[in-house]
Amino acid sequence: MAGTGSLTPANGTKRMTIGELSLLVISVAMVFLSIFIAAKAHTAAYAFHMYVFAAASIASALAIVNRYMKRPAAPAPQFIDGKPNYNWGPIKFAGVIAMFWGIAGFLVGVIIASELAWPAINMDLPWISFGRLRPLHTSAVIFAFGGNVLLATSLYVVQRTCRARLAGDLAPWFVVLGYNLFIVIAGTGYLLGITQGKEYAEPEWYADLWLTIVWVTYLLVFLATIWKRTEPHIYVANWFTLAFILTIAVLHLGNNATIPVSIFSPKSYILWSGVQDAMIQWWYGHNAVGFFLTAGFLAIMYYFVPKRAERPVYSYRLSIVHFWALIFMYIWAGPHHLHYTALPDWAQTLGMTFSIMLWMPSWGGMINGLMTLSGAWDKLRTDPVLRMLVVSVAFYGMSTFEGPLMSIKVVNSLSHYTDWTVGHVHSGALGWVGYVSFGALYCLIPWVYNRKLYSNKLVNWHFWVSTIGIVLYISAMWVSGILQGLMWRAYNSLGFLEYSFIETVEAMHIFYVIRALGGLLFLTGALIMAWNLYKTIVSAEAAEAPEATPALAPAE
Amino acid sequence: MSIWNKHAIFEKNSIILIIGILIVISIGGLVEILPLFYLKSTIEKVEGMRPYTPLELAGRNIYVREGCYNCHSQMVRALRDEVERYGHYSLAAESMYDHPFQWGSKRNGPDLARLGGKYSDAWHRDHLNNPRAVVPGSIMPSYSWLAKTELDSRHIADDMKVLAIEGVPYTQEMIAKAAVDLKAQANPDDTAGAADLAKRYPKATARSSLGKTVTEADALIAYMQMLGTLVDFKQFNGKANWR
Repeated sequence: MAGTGSLTPANGTKRMTIGELSLLVISVAMVFLSIFIAAKAHTAAYAFHMYVFAAASIASALAIVNRYMKRPAAPAPQFIDGKPNYNWGPIKFAGVIAMFWGIAGFLVGVIIASELAWPAINMDLPWISFGRLRPLHTSAVIFAFGGNVLLATSLYVVQRTCRARLAGDLAPWFVVLGYNLFIVIAGTGYLLGITQGKEYAEPEWYADLWLTIVWVTYLLVFLATIWKRTEPHIYVANWFTLAFILTIAVLHLGNNATIPVSIFSPKSYILWSGVQDAMIQWWYGHNAVGFFLTAGFLAIMYYFVPKRAERPVYSYRLSIVHFWALIFMYIWAGPHHLHYTALPDWAQTLGMTFSIMLWMPSWGGMINGLMTLSGAWDKLRTDPVLRMLVVSVAFYGMSTFEGPLMSIKVVNSLSHYTDWTVGHVHSGALGWVGYVSFGALYCLIPWVYNRKLYSNKLVNWHFWVSTIGIVLYISAMWVSGILQGLMWRAYNSLGFLEYSFIETVEAMHIFYVIRALGGLLFLTGALIMAWNLYKTIVSAEAAEAPEATPALAPAE
Repeated sequence: MSIWNKHAIFEKNSIILIIGILIVISIGGLVEILPLFYLKSTIEKVEGMRPYTPLELAGRNIYVREGCYNCHSQMVRALRDEVERYGHYSLAAESMYDHPFQWGSKRNGPDLARLGGKYSDAWHRDHLNNPRAVVPGSIMPSYSWLAKTELDSRHIADDMKVLAIEGVPYTQEMIAKAAVDLKAQANPDDTAGAADLAKRYPKATARSSLGKTVTEADALIAYMQMLGTLVDFKQFNGKANWR
């Protein structure tokens, strides 16, 4: 959004850049537009959202002016003493806020897990009923926590591996702040009952529109940084990030093609209906897993694991095969969410076939990550952060084996609609995405703040407390899922269904209690981490030396 | 190994890399999605499907708003135990006017695809107010506020206009009479209005609302009471619609 062109003349008098000026004008225009819409809004909740937009626009205008007053006349130098002048500001923001959203998202998870065990917790309050809080939980952990981790790590890695300062001046800030504004709009919307009713794509049209603008800016900042690179090759982590950004953009546009009822109404209706909508939804939904929660985080694996282990990536050729095979096959996997439904059989069979084949590239990636430890396995004993990263890759291997298994139609006939799916998702989400994010943040926060990590002992505590939590969570869900699936299809000796639905619900209670306990342990681990990172940031002691040059694979 | 060196073209040119990614990720989506829009066998030929009445549509919007799909599927799979538990397996035709679809992905509660007519309005009212009053082991939240909140139906005709643009067969007459139809269906004493409504929306039945105003609970119950009731399965030929 903010251009890099500068009107600063040679004599050094300070002028506003084109980027600053245009963003300032847009912010002021946004204030009036939002207030105008708020005044005529159909619902109070929508008016509230427009006032949030107005407040954010005012804050943005003030921030731009304030920054202009304080900054030197010349733009920030690209190089200092021959070394790239990296831009860590937006990365610090995204990294810290990721931790905040993570804790919020885990907490909401514990609350809704408890609501299923003890429904009275609802207290008849609309905004904390399960149906509204569940999207808040999924969005908070996937998009708020995961999304900010991806912003922080991708914008860090692209600078390091390109040896270039982040492109743009205000644009990177627009990306991280704008993305978090989207999170606030989406999250408060769910509580107030604003939703499209499509899983993992619940935000309504105006939030989607805003995210589109932010996302395109993100792509441009990322690409422009690549264009500035002083290395000949684009590093493998950046391929994955690029695939993640592009595919999420395509999916987002396809699955959110809606017509608003009015510009003054939060409500819109999706263009697609019924079976086509179902197919598009799960094309989106499964690739939110494939590209947001996998490709984006594989980029983290390909940078942080080699960096932390101080070993090159195991196989360059395997990363090429891994990359292209993974992104080609993932996109087909959606229909496995629709087995035995009204989706035509040919589509179901295609979805199943590709889901099973997907096992191969997934494990190729896991092997590439794990084998990077060759010759450095001893570090697992002394470096709990590396241990977290490695265990995350192991969990990735486990859930990408379980996924293809569950996509087989006969297995799916048992597992679908049950807690087995929930358990599967969480072994991927807590074990893979959670741990790789924690590992990355334990590396990243000390690096960008130039501090030594406050305590390795606390990382150890975090690791074990949350690992016990994950084990409790997923084993409870395996048992409850398979049990409920079997109860639904159980027949008695007279040939009648053995159990009424409510009997199968009552049988789940104990597992829901165990699951809530597992979630609580995982949340506890994250709180330990937040304390550790907080102490790291505020500590006065700078890290002794800047970290060594990364031991990356030579891209040949 | 020369072939591996060829990959450098992607590693040195971001635009070529982008084009490669876009091609590779497009294929699967195109093959799986596009045929669904033109293969005639995708949606079965059935008798009886009609758009939602204004009250049912308003109720459906509350169903979406409250996130009911997070715990209830609306998709009876073609499996023996499901057909025996819930009724005839769901057809694609039954959700062809659903923007968005609400098939769901998790059953914390039972499937609702064939809920219509299984319980009385009074049962639903009690159940929404406090699920454990009628189903002791239920883990569903209480939705007691729905019966206390007046339905905001000021813009229901606008909603129908948008759906008409998207292909739902709402006629000009249906849109013009949206507000009248909505009130008529919610009022058990308005027999003339109900008869007029049934001309536009076959099988639409007046609901037994209690109060003077139409509440959100009234709309939601109207929606739940029609779920899965439209298609005439006596005339449905499963074999002819084999896919």
